[in-house]
Amino acid sequence: MKWNWPFAWHILPVILRGMVITIEATVLGMLLALILGLIWAMLLILPNRWLFWSTRGLTEFIRDTPLLIQLFFCYYVLPEIGITVPALLTGITVLGINYSAYTSEVYRAGLQNIPRGQWDAARALNFTAAQTFIRIILPQALPPIVPAMGNNLIAMFKDTPLLSTITVMEMLNRAMIIGDKTFRYLEPLTIVGILFLIISLLASALIGFTQRRILVRR
Amino acid sequence: MLHMLPMMLRGTVVTGEVTAGAIVVASVAASCAVAMRLSTLAALDWPARVYIELFRGTSALIQLFWAFYALPLVLPFRPSPMIAAIAVLGLNGGAYGAEILRGAILSVPRGQHDAATALNLSSAAKMFRVVLPQTWPLILPPMANLFIDMLKNSALAGLVQVTDITFNAQILQESTLRNAQVYGVALVIYFIMALVLAGFMRLLERWMKFPIGARV
Repeated sequence: MKWNWPFAWHILPVILRGMVITIEATVLGMLLALILGLIWAMLLILPNRWLFWSTRGLTEFIRDTPLLIQLFFCYYVLPEIGITVPALLTGITVLGINYSAYTSEVYRAGLQNIPRGQWDAARALNFTAAQTFIRIILPQALPPIVPAMGNNLIAMFKDTPLLSTITVMEMLNRAMIIGDKTFRYLEPLTIVGILFLIISLLASALIGFTQRRILVRR
Repeated sequence: MLHMLPMMLRGTVVTGEVTAGAIVVASVAASCAVAMRLSTLAALDWPARVYIELFRGTSALIQLFWAFYALPLVLPFRPSPMIAAIAVLGLNGGAYGAEILRGAILSVPRGQHDAATALNLSSAAKMFRVVLPQTWPLILPPMANLFIDMLKNSALAGLVQVTDITFNAQILQESTLRNAQVYGVALVIYFIMALVLAGFMRLLERWMKFPIGARV
């Protein structure tokens, strides 16, 4: 079977429409991961052993099980307990929760790099713990972890094809439907692969650039 | 609940096989790719670069579907699902592994190379007796993470007819409709497998520190 250019151009717009959903899922999923991850990281530094171990256990379990099974679990079990949401929303939520386990580690590394003296100094200046965290600690901890978060973003982008298994109409799902209808899988699957390659190469170049900028500023 | 266990356990064996096979393929692919990357010949360096970027830049699921649905249309034969899954997951892991190896090898100080040259060691001896033994402690922790990622990625093989945990769980889910139980059990099995793999890697890490006299 040979590559068919007219067919490839014909299906490109259909697949590109799927890219909108792919990007939507990545951006919203990452937003959720950034928020949840920060919450986990904060629970981990609080001096409460019970909170520490339950958060630890949860993130460890999330990180040690396949995203695919987590997706299946939520997709089939949520309706059973009376929660019916669109598949895309389930997908975004599972992606967000899954990656929050990774972003929490990144936040933790960033927070650990802030010297203890910063907390002591803030207390000496009569800041409350919340004020210290939001106005002193976070502004120092966040910039260095931007590249690591960027890598998580790319990894999540590359995990979005898994949403096709729970009927989300992203790029891979559209490519497979075209393949099933026309029995030509070569063009649609190759196009999806190339689109992913282009975006992730551009994104990692951008991260490399930011990383160098941050290093220079120090 | 109990009647689904035999099927899940059969799936567990297949998942173990896919993961083990993929880890072997990944180790070989990563070693070859890193050797080519470190070569001064552009003809060796570039193919390895393309391989690494290609497999790291696209998603494992797309690679798997491509190998399963598109590749047989180009190839004169159709590889079995198991072979295709092991090859793709292995090559995918190998691309990440190559970058881990490269970082570790480049982190060995220049002076170690010079000293080995001064002692008249051959380049093979320099690599295997001087450089590599020092890199083990740097390589093993990220490799452990990679292997666990590969175990989790092996779940994707269930989507291309490999009868692993995921595949059997899907069949059980469709026939019993006990969604929470089926996928709950699957999650727990993967979790236990990951813990076992992580424990094994920690043992290996300890054991590898002895030859270079590092403190354990």
